Amino acid sequence: MSFRGSEGQIHPTTPPLSEPSGWHDISLTVNGEPVSAQVESRLLLTDFLRHRLRLTGTHVGCEQGSCGACSVLLDGVAVRSCLTLAVQANGRDLRTVEGLAGPDEPLTALQQAFHEQHGMQCGFCTPGFLMSLAGLAEHGGTPSSDELDEHLAGNFCRCTGYVNIRKAARQAFGLPGPEEASRG
Amino acid sequence: MKPAPFDYVAARSVEHAVELLAGGTDAKVIAGGQSLMPVLNMRLGRPELVVDIGRLDVLNHVRISDSGALLVGATATQAQVLAHPDVNRGWPLLATAVANIGHPQIRNRGTICGSLAHNDPAAELPATAIVLDATLRIQSSRRIRTVPAEQMFVGPFMTALTPDELLVEAEFPPPPAGAGWSFREFATRPGDFATVGVAVQLVRRDGVVADARLVLFGVGGSAARVHSAEEALTGSSPSRVEDQVRAQLKAELDPADDVHASAGLRRDLAEKLTIDAIAEAWARCA
Repeated sequence: MSFRGSEGQIHPTTPPLSEPSGWHDISLTVNGEPVSAQVESRLLLTDFLRHRLRLTGTHVGCEQGSCGACSVLLDGVAVRSCLTLAVQANGRDLRTVEGLAGPDEPLTALQQAFHEQHGMQCGFCTPGFLMSLAGLAEHGGTPSSDELDEHLAGNFCRCTGYVNIRKAARQAFGLPGPEEASRG
Repeated sequence: MKPAPFDYVAARSVEHAVELLAGGTDAKVIAGGQSLMPVLNMRLGRPELVVDIGRLDVLNHVRISDSGALLVGATATQAQVLAHPDVNRGWPLLATAVANIGHPQIRNRGTICGSLAHNDPAAELPATAIVLDATLRIQSSRRIRTVPAEQMFVGPFMTALTPDELLVEAEFPPPPAGAGWSFREFATRPGDFATVGVAVQLVRRDGVVADARLVLFGVGGSAARVHSAEEALTGSSPSRVEDQVRAQLKAELDPADDVHASAGLRRDLAEKLTIDAIAEAWARCA
């Protein structure tokens, strides 16, 4: 069997038949492209994306839902992919950070804001922040500054990038920047 | 970490789900997975079978019953409940409690019933179900039964559910007319599990408390009413019996030390949060 990554390559797999957890055929849309694969019951959606589809933009932080680095959009809604089984994504529409703008496309306004404000330090948390905010942009209407901060609280930046991340988020949502005195 | 191996079945119907649960394997139910997946990832639990009810649209409802109660089906997410206009209007304590759960990304998948069935001692929803006198509808291949929330939560991560039973719906009756409420919790960071939390509902009649419901969580094995404090409040105005309420809390609460807080800090927080919550609920009484 085989499945296609979003870049269109065919990745062959040979699922070990001795695996006791059972295998499941799943079909879903990943960044607009149809994907079919066979996955074992216990495979996390994060690991499916990273190891099977080679979409390594989705990061693995805590694997318990705390850090938000693995945030993706499932049917347009931001969720933790480490707290979702790959088999649960069967039939769903999945979007990852790779789906925001293709390699030859201009950055989205959200990505551009993070670029301009340097909304990062090491960058590990960045895909999660972008996907959480992408979900908010699609479903949250126009958030207030407080609502935006509450939304950002679901993602951890461990090297104190919050000041610039908050600036970037405010720019992306057309809100005035955080006050000089506020600290991340 | 990654989960230990298990079999997975997406249930086709409620009947199919309870049939799978009755099959004799060590099975766990998954809907949104926001309680179960951390348990599996950390290998705190190693079920043989995971039964996914997440695709059962028949359980995906947030609606008002003919008797005016709020019905929340097993696959309805916390985000769905928060977005329902009647919830904010009719069950503001529930809306406030749900807003305190995790983060938006968690609430987008986490369900009300899943949190109730998991019964983390620091979770918001068991306390909320008790204070609002919710009823839980439970189904198995043998029978359908209802359990009052007060009898549901028997210990940390333990409920009245037997292994073959599925929590299919939570029913929140309308709060008494004019009831005042408060929901307060202390957490190190917003979105964390509460170190200590409290939910209060008071009914005022003739200038005194006619009915009091006071539930604390994070201070013991499971969320529970503090009956002695409720009795101290009943028939009085709260400010007159503040010392008695404090004394009852001191006598009844027996929190443990853990990495998040010492027992002493939990006691202090419980007292402070409870006194503030009673005052807030009293001020909200019509």
